Amino acid sequence: MDGLGVGFASRNMRALWALGAAALIAGCASSVKLDEPAPVENRSTGAGGAGGQAGGASAGSTGQSSVANVDLTKGANAGAAASTIPRTIYFDFDSYVVKDEYRPTVDAHAKMLSADRKRRITIEGHTDERGGREYNLALGQKRAEAVLKSLTLLGATPQQVEAVSYGKERPVATGSDEDAWAKNRRAEIIAATK
Amino acid sequence: MTDPRSAARRRVLAFSLVPAWGVWQPAAAQFRVEISGVGATQIPIAITRFREEDKSGVALSQVVRADLERSGLFKGVDANVALDENGAPQMADWRARSVDALVAGSAARLSDGRFDVRFKLWDVVKGVELGGQAAAVPAADLRLAAHRIADYVYEKLTGEKGVFSTRIAYVSKAGNRYTLRIADADGENAQVALNSPEPIISPAWAPDGREVAYVSFEGQKAAVWVQDVFSGKRQLVANFRGSNSAPAWAPDGKQLAATLTRDGGSQLYLLNRDGENVRRITASSAIDTEPVFSSDGKNIYFVSDRGGGPQVYRMPASGGAVQRVTFDGNYNISPSLSPDGRMLAYITRQGNAFKLMVMDLSGGGAPQALTDTSDDESPSFAPNGRLIIYATRAQDRDVLMTTTLDGKIKARLVSSLADVREPAWGPYGR
Repeated sequence: MDGLGVGFASRNMRALWALGAAALIAGCASSVKLDEPAPVENRSTGAGGAGGQAGGASAGSTGQSSVANVDLTKGANAGAAASTIPRTIYFDFDSYVVKDEYRPTVDAHAKMLSADRKRRITIEGHTDERGGREYNLALGQKRAEAVLKSLTLLGATPQQVEAVSYGKERPVATGSDEDAWAKNRRAEIIAATK
Repeated sequence: MTDPRSAARRRVLAFSLVPAWGVWQPAAAQFRVEISGVGATQIPIAITRFREEDKSGVALSQVVRADLERSGLFKGVDANVALDENGAPQMADWRARSVDALVAGSAARLSDGRFDVRFKLWDVVKGVELGGQAAAVPAADLRLAAHRIADYVYEKLTGEKGVFSTRIAYVSKAGNRYTLRIADADGENAQVALNSPEPIISPAWAPDGREVAYVSFEGQKAAVWVQDVFSGKRQLVANFRGSNSAPAWAPDGKQLAATLTRDGGSQLYLLNRDGENVRRITASSAIDTEPVFSSDGKNIYFVSDRGGGPQVYRMPASGGAVQRVTFDGNYNISPSLSPDGRMLAYITRQGNAFKLMVMDLSGGGAPQALTDTSDDESPSFAPNGRLIIYATRAQDRDVLMTTTLDGKIKARLVSSLADVREPAWGPYGR
């Protein structure tokens, strides 16, 4: 009796579980519309920078269980498929030369932009804290534009990329030592919203 | 001696000072003035406590004294003597105290709640009364009344216009909040003109003092805005591709110069104050930025690294032949011109230090360092050309300082709030 009862029951249980699971999955599928991008805040409201296009280009490739990450504390992540590609390029002091070690990074972003002409990014240039604010704004701009140039040489179109600068206004590392300064001399590649 | 017209004008001006965009609030941050240094020739002056100033809530005599001392041309002499504008001071007594000039006054409360501020100024050496004024002001304008007294005294005794009734703009940062503030020239009475979660830099006063241009990152990039100080109404003036920054007003108030990157690279452009009619005026492959007009509007001084490191250059205001102006050192930025066009203040990098310098543009001698601090930024001349406000770092905080042109008398505008930076001295005529 046990054997048959359990077997039957467990078969039914498994069936029930299967039904339940299917129902759950179906329910999930209908309430989270994975074919559309996740709703995003327009970053220009100054609300702190929403997570942007997390759902956008990568929805198709991440399956049905992914959860969009809306990061309000900093400019957007590029979406699951792109999140493994580094998006920061570091620079030497007083320099805006994109060093060879970042070629693979630039290449990877250029490929993504070539593959999807609707994809747009912003490159933010930054400097360390030393020096005047306006001059550093211009230096940061040179860094961003150097990355932009590298990207367009590797296949991106200029319309897909805007180079902007924060100068020394948005350091990621505090401290007045070479370690902090080196971390702040950077260009960041940010996927644009909309 | 009341001049009815000027008293009436003061009343009108006093009324218009109440901001329309918000409730008048006393500054949460109180600035204290710390004055240091010894000047060459300073007029010893006594300002006795104004009758009833204690009851008014503002120590008018101390505001006047601090203003005059900050100018570097006066040395306040303590005088605990009961005297007002109606008194007949004993000149011999005052001469015995080594006082050359004397101010006494009163601040009686009127039945309508305003204060009747009166004063007299005596030349103790000659033993004559030089003049005085009276004005009825609301409580909110008591400090301004004191600043106007300091201006009057300064002009009578030096022959030059005082700047004590002018205002300054600056940026304050606390955590991730940035505020653009407008305060009296002594740092008091700061009011918030703009409150933002993103950086604000480069405030620039319109020549008539009614508007301020600035750079805001609220759109996740640098863009130039113009804001009406009184109403708070603001207009986005430059938001082209890339970064838009370093706004500078032409003396006629109708145009701005700014640094735009819309054609690739940081270059200088002129634009109408509403953002239209954009014209490029530099053509280099270098960084050209930080434009500033000469007072006659004919020239623009600016920073360029076309020669390697950043230096200050000059060109005609509509563009054209560029002449280098700074030659000492390999990093010179942030020019500010005296109103008479004779002196240039700027920041030089010496090793790891950034120092405030002044140089005589008529070719008189080497640039002079004005400070012994090493993190100086953002110099701005007062409209009488006699003082410079700048930002520097002291005791781990960003602070605002004023200095005389010889560097001898300095005053610290101490903030009890957060870090303050990017000061810009406003024009006459509040």
